[in-house]
Amino acid sequence: MQLQELTAVRLAEKIRAGGATAMDAVDAAFQKIAEQEETLHCYVTLDKEGARKRAEEVQRRIESGALAGPLAGVPVAVKDNICTAGMLTTCSSKILGNFVPPFSAQAVSALEAAGAVILGKTNMDEFAMGSTTETSAFGVTKNPHNTAHVPGGSSGGSAAAVAAGECFFALGSDTGGSIRQPASFCGVVGMKPTYGTVSRYGLVAYGSSLDQIGPLTKDVADCAAVLEVLAAHDGKDSTSIERKDTDFTSALIPDAAGLRIGIPKDYFGEGLDGEVRAAVLQAAKVLGEKGAVVEEFDLSLVEYAIPAYYTIASAEASSNLERFDGIKYGYRTPDFDGLHNMYKKTRSEGFGAEVKRRIMLGSFVLSSGYYDAYYLKALKVKALIKKAFDEAFQKYDVILGPVAPTTAPKLGESLKDPIKMYLGDIYTISVNLAGLPALSVPCGMDQKGLPIGAQLIGDCFQEKKILQAAYAYEQAAVK
Amino acid sequence: MAKQYETVIGLEVHVELATKTKIFCGCSTAFGGAPNTHTCPVCTGMPGTLPVLNKQVVEYAVAVGLATGCTITQYCKFDRKNYFYPDNPQNYQISQLYLPVCRDGFVEIETPAGMKKIGIHEIHMEEDAGKLIHDEWEDISLVDYNRSGVPLIEIVSEPDMRSADEVIAYLEKLRLIIRYLGASDCKLQEGSMRADVNLSVREAGSETFGTRTEMKNLNSFKAIARAIDSERARQIELLEEGKKVVQETRRWDDNKEYSYAMRSKEDAQDYRYFPDPDLTPLRIDDAWLKRIKDAQPEFRTEKMARYREEFDIPEYDIEIITASKHMADIFEEATAICGQPKKVSNWLMGETLRLLKEREEEPEDIRFSPAHLAKLIELADAKTINSTVAKEVFEVMFDEDIEPAAYVQEKGLGMVSDEAPLRKAVEEVIAANPKSVEDYQGGKERALGFLVGQTMKAMQGKADPGAVSRLLKELLS
Repeated sequence: MQLQELTAVRLAEKIRAGGATAMDAVDAAFQKIAEQEETLHCYVTLDKEGARKRAEEVQRRIESGALAGPLAGVPVAVKDNICTAGMLTTCSSKILGNFVPPFSAQAVSALEAAGAVILGKTNMDEFAMGSTTETSAFGVTKNPHNTAHVPGGSSGGSAAAVAAGECFFALGSDTGGSIRQPASFCGVVGMKPTYGTVSRYGLVAYGSSLDQIGPLTKDVADCAAVLEVLAAHDGKDSTSIERKDTDFTSALIPDAAGLRIGIPKDYFGEGLDGEVRAAVLQAAKVLGEKGAVVEEFDLSLVEYAIPAYYTIASAEASSNLERFDGIKYGYRTPDFDGLHNMYKKTRSEGFGAEVKRRIMLGSFVLSSGYYDAYYLKALKVKALIKKAFDEAFQKYDVILGPVAPTTAPKLGESLKDPIKMYLGDIYTISVNLAGLPALSVPCGMDQKGLPIGAQLIGDCFQEKKILQAAYAYEQAAVK
Repeated sequence: MAKQYETVIGLEVHVELATKTKIFCGCSTAFGGAPNTHTCPVCTGMPGTLPVLNKQVVEYAVAVGLATGCTITQYCKFDRKNYFYPDNPQNYQISQLYLPVCRDGFVEIETPAGMKKIGIHEIHMEEDAGKLIHDEWEDISLVDYNRSGVPLIEIVSEPDMRSADEVIAYLEKLRLIIRYLGASDCKLQEGSMRADVNLSVREAGSETFGTRTEMKNLNSFKAIARAIDSERARQIELLEEGKKVVQETRRWDDNKEYSYAMRSKEDAQDYRYFPDPDLTPLRIDDAWLKRIKDAQPEFRTEKMARYREEFDIPEYDIEIITASKHMADIFEEATAICGQPKKVSNWLMGETLRLLKEREEEPEDIRFSPAHLAKLIELADAKTINSTVAKEVFEVMFDEDIEPAAYVQEKGLGMVSDEAPLRKAVEEVIAANPKSVEDYQGGKERALGFLVGQTMKAMQGKADPGAVSRLLKELLS
């Protein structure tokens, strides 16, 4: 078997056993990158030389016995909204096109401490706003399964890089589905952990109350292993939670016996593609065969999730993105007349259309006279959605449904109609509003050869249950 | 007869808290560092950074709230106030709008008509901004983020004050309380206490408020008093001319004794306040609140009562000493060491106040340690030094906090206790001043003083004048 085809955990085993080195792994990834990157454009920054140096250092520490974990020596790609000390972090935006952070995100530091080797930074929708990676200021990323299609977004570069073997796993961020949806479109595993599980320190904020970093991996076992490294309390993030149940790999049991799985009827109604529907229901059937008790139920409030989400996320984004003003770092317009004009021109030139749309929407819903009618009302909807999930999790361990209504759309089809694009988030955003963990696992292909993903949603802190269900399904499907 | 007007004043007072580190990061709050040296990614608004609340800020804010009779908001939140300005690195300030930490308190002030309660509407916590430096010569502006993230509380009063005197009394009372708590040094000149004055006028007897203006840039009590008088006169003049007062923010120029409009209500910004999602709601539970309550210091009224009980010093001394927590601390510590409250008090009331006045300083600026003052008193009691030398030593101690015993030794200021050199000096003075000797022996007591002085001079001051006098009398009898 070629090195590139190994999962992260298997690769690390091989390196530990002396069958390959961390440098070999980096070279293998860069070979794939050399072959495909010109077409796919998964990365906005590649650091071949640095990666090799880091691999040599990691290799020394593996050989000395200082590093022995399941990610030691494994090359990783990092979404470009996650800060990497000394390496460009652009958020795929012109306004941060030259920004090199002086510090690393806590998630990056955790990976590096575990011996993962950063290859570069992956393309994304600008500031994670979008569902196709087409809002990037640095060009589109293409779906490795069919280059006429998008990889999904906003973590499209990360998902495509994993699917194409241009890395062994990747970090993404998920505010409304930005890990799960591209994972689904690219046929890889992607997980959004419970809010507060992975430190947000160093993640360039989009919607602070919804953002969460998570893994994109080749399989469920890798997902559990990466999450185990990422999940830790961080004193630098006030919303970080102290958890003791982070031995996620212990949940990798190829059996679903005793798991109660709920299928929300609301997730299978109008707008859902027939092939996606069939594939997800087939996954439910497989889990039933593996011992799970599967039944349908009414989740309710699904139709309110999209307006509530776009109100809250945009409100927070409008404030979070104020710091990009041309004063301290990033892009500054070359010609201006006074401070106000500098702000205006810098931000007009530095931000793309989708980002501006959300800044305007967010500023509007927070403005005096509208705050109660929009922002506060959206917070109330958020609380009701959480309550609806709480009730569902009284009855079920896991909720199973589609990740997105369709498989990956064609390039260029989505941005023309932003409302339609927003509606594509319908199955993923409730999870962020409720702070829940959810995972996307591949469950087949459509007739065009595009991957389909099934979404497994758990109650807060119940990652292990969805990992178990996903693993049981994956193992059964492989056979 | 001309109309009578009443001035209605409310204050917004910002106080910089005396924490060692900033409100949301670990950077130092020390004053006067080189630009941008007390900064980190958090307080310079780098992408991806997050605030983490400094608990000491909460404790100071709650302590001030408790000392001013406020209700403490045990479930409170921080909100973002959004506005663009380069001194504000995130372009939003983390403050409190919806659930401020303290509400509904008061302080009492003395007025000619007796004690008066000034209501406190709320106290909230927030972060300070950086400082812009405009280089007119180069036509550029630079920003220093050392102050960015320094913790502040804003104390918002009710519109309960009616004159500049009441405003000053209110500010002095607030300052006294906050200094007693050690929550801030409250220096207006250095900006650790800043007051914005909201002022309106109305016809005497009217129940409704007039249109108010907000005055900024008031850097001393004197400037505040002048600005109040000026703004009152300006508003009355407008009304007398049949014009309207415009609701606006004005900036006081104390050199010109004139204020000018900065911005009116019409172009007031919409700050789009909303709860900061990066900070979880702050819960001040009963146990924490109790710990803060239990740690409240003895305030001035209680301290004065205790001094009357414990120390035999005049009421006037008690008033002066307790007007400054710092001076009271020095008094108590020095007294505890030397056991002589009256002598300690004399040094504070006499030389200390004299030198403070001479150097244009406040009691809060006293630098000498109580142990050194106690030592000086001991040296004088033991007649190691005489009172003139003691004052000289005190002045050096006042400026440089030297250890007096070592200083006396080093400079050779100790009194000569050996009788032989003293007797020799007295004999020489007697021999050199026959006229004075004759006068003294002829019954002119004053001549003795002259001879003592001559001897002290010959001894370079290092003699006990009492001993010199006794010796002279003995030799001339």
